[in-house]
Amino acid sequence: MSAKDPQAYPLTAGMEMNGKAVGLQKYEALGGYEGAKKALLQMGPAQVMQEVKDSNLRGRGGAGFPTGQKWSFVPMGENAPNTRYLVVNADEMEPGAFKDKFLLEGNPHQLIEGMVISSYAIGASVSYVFLRWAYKEAAKRIEQAISEAHSKGYLGKNIFGSGFDHEVRLHTSAGRYICGEETALLTALEGKRGIPRAKPPFPQICGLWGKPTVVNNVETMANVPHIIRNGAKWFKEISRSSDGGTKIYGASGRVNRPGAWELPMGTPLRELLEIHAGGMKDGYKLKGIMPGGASTEFMLEEHLDTPMDFDSVPKAGSRLGTGTLMVMDHKTCPVGLVLNIMEFFARESCGWCTPCREGLPWLTGILRKVEHGDGNPEDLEILNEHIPLLGMGRTFCALAPGAIEPLQSALKYYKQDFEAHIEKKTCPYK
Amino acid sequence: MAIIFIDGKPYQAKDGVSLLDACLSLGFDVPYFCWHPALHSVGACRQCAVKVFKDEKDAKGKIVMSCMTPVADGMRLSIDDPEAIKFRASVIEWLMLNHPHDCPVCDEGGECHLQDMTLLAGHVYRRTTLKKRTHTNQDLGPFVNHEMNRCIQCYRCVRFYKDYAGGKDLDVFGCHDHVYFGRSRDGALESEFSGNLVEVCPTGVFTDKTFKKHYTRKWDLQAAPSVCVHCSLGCNTLPGERYGTLRRIRNRYNQSVNGYFLCDRGRYGYEFVNSKIRIRTASVKTNGAAPADEAAPELAISEIRKKLNGTHEGGIIGIGSPRASLESNYALRELVGAENFYHGVSDTVFNMMGEIVRIIKDGPVAAASLEDAREADAVLVLGEDVSNTAPMLALALRQASRNAPMVNLAKFKIPHWDDAAARNAIQNEKSPFFVASFTGTRLDGLSSEKPYRAAPDDVARLGFLIAHELAPESPGVPDASAEEKSLARRIAVALRNSKKPLIVCGTGPQSIHILRAAANAAWALKRAVPDARIAFSLPGCNSMGLALMDFPSGRPVSEALKRVQAGGAKAVIVIENELDESIGKEGAEEIMSLPCSVAIDFIATRTSQLAGVALPAASFAESQGTFVNNEARAQRFYMVMQPQNKNIHGVWRWIMEIKAALGTEKQCPEIDALTAELAKRMPQFAPIADRAYFPPPGFRIAGMKIPRQPHRYSGRTAMHTNIGMVEPKPPADTGSALSFSMEGFYDASKKQKIPSALLTHYWAPFWNSVQALNKFQSGTGGPLLGGESGKRLMEPSGSAPAYFTDIPEKQKKAPGPSGANNKGFFAVPLYHVFGSERLSMESQAVAGLCPEEGQPFIAASPRTLSALGLNKSDTMELEIGGAVFDFKTVADEEMAEGLAGVFVPKNANIAADLAGLYSKLPAWARFLVKTERKQ
Repeated sequence: MSAKDPQAYPLTAGMEMNGKAVGLQKYEALGGYEGAKKALLQMGPAQVMQEVKDSNLRGRGGAGFPTGQKWSFVPMGENAPNTRYLVVNADEMEPGAFKDKFLLEGNPHQLIEGMVISSYAIGASVSYVFLRWAYKEAAKRIEQAISEAHSKGYLGKNIFGSGFDHEVRLHTSAGRYICGEETALLTALEGKRGIPRAKPPFPQICGLWGKPTVVNNVETMANVPHIIRNGAKWFKEISRSSDGGTKIYGASGRVNRPGAWELPMGTPLRELLEIHAGGMKDGYKLKGIMPGGASTEFMLEEHLDTPMDFDSVPKAGSRLGTGTLMVMDHKTCPVGLVLNIMEFFARESCGWCTPCREGLPWLTGILRKVEHGDGNPEDLEILNEHIPLLGMGRTFCALAPGAIEPLQSALKYYKQDFEAHIEKKTCPYK
Repeated sequence: MAIIFIDGKPYQAKDGVSLLDACLSLGFDVPYFCWHPALHSVGACRQCAVKVFKDEKDAKGKIVMSCMTPVADGMRLSIDDPEAIKFRASVIEWLMLNHPHDCPVCDEGGECHLQDMTLLAGHVYRRTTLKKRTHTNQDLGPFVNHEMNRCIQCYRCVRFYKDYAGGKDLDVFGCHDHVYFGRSRDGALESEFSGNLVEVCPTGVFTDKTFKKHYTRKWDLQAAPSVCVHCSLGCNTLPGERYGTLRRIRNRYNQSVNGYFLCDRGRYGYEFVNSKIRIRTASVKTNGAAPADEAAPELAISEIRKKLNGTHEGGIIGIGSPRASLESNYALRELVGAENFYHGVSDTVFNMMGEIVRIIKDGPVAAASLEDAREADAVLVLGEDVSNTAPMLALALRQASRNAPMVNLAKFKIPHWDDAAARNAIQNEKSPFFVASFTGTRLDGLSSEKPYRAAPDDVARLGFLIAHELAPESPGVPDASAEEKSLARRIAVALRNSKKPLIVCGTGPQSIHILRAAANAAWALKRAVPDARIAFSLPGCNSMGLALMDFPSGRPVSEALKRVQAGGAKAVIVIENELDESIGKEGAEEIMSLPCSVAIDFIATRTSQLAGVALPAASFAESQGTFVNNEARAQRFYMVMQPQNKNIHGVWRWIMEIKAALGTEKQCPEIDALTAELAKRMPQFAPIADRAYFPPPGFRIAGMKIPRQPHRYSGRTAMHTNIGMVEPKPPADTGSALSFSMEGFYDASKKQKIPSALLTHYWAPFWNSVQALNKFQSGTGGPLLGGESGKRLMEPSGSAPAYFTDIPEKQKKAPGPSGANNKGFFAVPLYHVFGSERLSMESQAVAGLCPEEGQPFIAASPRTLSALGLNKSDTMELEIGGAVFDFKTVADEEMAEGLAGVFVPKNANIAADLAGLYSKLPAWARFLVKTERKQ
């Protein structure tokens, strides 16, 4: 990986497979902080924002919201509140996802540079990294990078003599999945219970401590320096889809080479599975893929030619999500897998709204019954009934709607497996 | 106004309110849990789902939470949409997964919002076979019972307790389906508003612990509209009775006064009505000071007649009471003659009350109602510890502290009812809020800057300085320090820049200077801010009524004593009064040693024990009358129940009996006639005869009275079967339009409005809990459809203020620890919500929360204590006004230097001489260590 072309693999160029971070010197040698310098000295905030808009960078947290557009909701100008915040969502707790960890540990300076530029664009003098509790190594490396950036004047007062001041602060989460939800993250960052907020108001208007706030994913931030340095046009060109840039894809499950790879956005699923992940292990057949974490719907063999970008995957009935595949083989019980996922989401519900707090444990209980051979046909009815009941808008945030996506598609694609559990009064996979 | 279409039909709705609010206001039955009309929307429970459609053509629609969706003109929604119905039923099904089926043994049963909503949402059949989750319950102290298994996680408890009432010790713990609402460990809830959890909780998690001791179902409670007797604010209550005992107090909604809530003293202070210290029979002292004998009422009256023979003209003096009704005080005043009527209060209180009436009556600034206080956007508290003397005012001020920053919500397009969003937007911003006090108060946390701690005169001087800053013609304080001036200036600027500033003061500090300073400040402020208000906290539930009775003349009890000492009286009638408190032990004894002394009271007091004749009076729950609250709002309270026996009468009726016995009046009028007479004879009370606010006894709807009992009252015919099989005739109530029965007019359809003053309970089809109140309001949280249930007696005259010019001198510092001139400290009165009010101290629950286990204490700063060579655990002897008292010493970090806060709980065990101590405060106190005294 060391010989990668920074122009084609901007996020991972320079990263080595030795577990070490790209150091400041190496990062600078690769053109690190030049983007920040360019933005702060040669561009106005509006220009930076426009460049990011033009690049068609879409949020890498999973929802794919256009980043530049997100920024543009921040009130700017004389009448706008002086205090604004940028918050980086590094609370990567989606089951199956590890791409942010890869970037955080691999190149923390890239993140900091992205934060400086993005903060400049929205006029934030303080930004936060909200880091997953378990990412101890990343925490160390971020702290070190912050301190190095400070000593080089990339952070602090009057960066590059531009007059722009900026501080980056690291906050390690207490460890809840819901804190990855951007509004719950802000609430938690304020030191309160991690419970989502109703939107509107959106964080860009009224976010952290009631101030305009942009929350962006780690990978999104990592792209920003490269967009500024190489331009929006370049960014769009390195992609294989209308969404700009590259994407850190990953794969787990019974494939030959589980891992994470930076590839052009829109790389087809088949290429990911068969080339980069090396195909299924011997003796295992593909049964389904969750393309972007535990809260995405299954894709089947027939969907393998889907380009993995934000607009194409929904056409195949799922979501790009984090882009880190969870590959299910034919020897894995889909009921058991969905149960496992549902247990996670039921446990991670914050307990605020009724459908999620009560509905998910109920579904978990039913799935457990079915998996253990105690299910009956009425149980399937209850499961099916819950699909619309836990949909978007019914619940307070997207946790429960996400949680039922795998269930929904499992009930659709693996109906016979559910029925077999009930008929045989046992798990046929055992 | 907007037009919205609900299931195809057009309705008018207020622009910008939530859809839920609009639907409920229109009378639709939309179920909800997390929403509360005073706590607003957070969108947690998802119970109030409805479907909205983009336009006429949209047939698919979208499920939304009506509590989180603002009304917009032309909006189309469906409550009856099958998908919405299904979703709402599912929400109940989810909540029922873990809710125990213990309704038959749950105190909430029959008035449970969850029961109501379950029926309303149509969930019937249990499908889950999973185990229910269980929790451990906590001991939350004497007021509130905790049963967490019943919890449906609506979050209303913590939202009320923390967000609304500022409590810190109740919180939400855990997550997912194991969310727990409680304290970090067992222990009494610290907030004096904890009892509201009972009404805020939609199910049986938080229930009334005192009610539990003599529990009865809601439908078996006989109730009548009443007014709280435990402070001067006149919060409206609905006491409930069964089998002759008062079982509980619930909030009675009055938008202008207490709104949805009550303080714990008001809610739990009722047990005196059932207590052993009630006087239930007449007693006559036959041989001088020998123990009083029980006597038949006729005997007692004839004894009085015997003793009064020939002395009626000028010989009888009457001592009225700030806790007796207008009618009782009036009856006594009429019996003895105005010139022989004395207010049963100390000189200090008497003078302060006169000044307060003058300030409200003659000044340009209106007295603030609690509603005004809730709406204020800048607050200055001068000296009064409102959390302890008028708790609901403190709760109102807490709401006021949010109002100024709420204005910014418009910028974010956040509706004020979007509670979580509003709190996120506002964060810790507060309205300008200033506290000047002797020591720490529970409002300090709201203060915009460090609270000003000082002696009463210095607090007054700050008030005068602020007034001078606001209006130069208000006299300044020539020797004020630069620091004081600068503080006054900051406060003045903040007040002037607000729209609804409020100055709060009261009789607590016993300083007339503070009242005057507050008046000057309010008057000066009025020049710049027309909506400026002033709020007073007063000593008793009818202090204002008593003060108004004789204003501007009248006499305090000390003049009665002088008259007794001069031999100008032969008989005394004291009503509802503990004379020790106003005139001291010796004074009380002297007055009560007249040849004929009569005490009419419902509880035994030292005064009633000294009396030659003690007559058993009805408590507020057994009588009818009018109280005038701190803002001069006259409010009627009605009989909740018949007195326990025939010997107990309202004070006013006893006086009528005496009058009849003396031959001056043959007929004993009904209470209503007395009220009418009083309103006629005393123009200041003319509004209490206004039939629109106070329906007459002859008032009927469809020819019927209003029932005190709900229509499902069980077993009218069975209630007395242990006594006899014949169904007794319900007692007649000739004094009001209420009946002691379940029969009568009751309608919740909004078509026929029961006057608010007569509303005995809230019920509507599907709505058995307190939430049925929605059906009686014009718009949730709005005024009652039945009109106001009280009337203010005084509004500002509009005349230019005559500023007070008597500026007190700066407080002298106490000299050092020793030396001939050592006076020790300057003693100031302290109050506690649980301890400073006599009647509530008869409730075990309240008495148990009295500070320092109900022992008197002195609180001073550790520095002051150590300068005097005292330790915090010492017991000291303190000489105040020539008398020596034992006190426990308490170190109080917040107490202003040189001051000693004196706290004497008003319980039955307090020595008579201590009971009168407050009437001497504030005063210099000389402390004597025990050894010093022994020498």
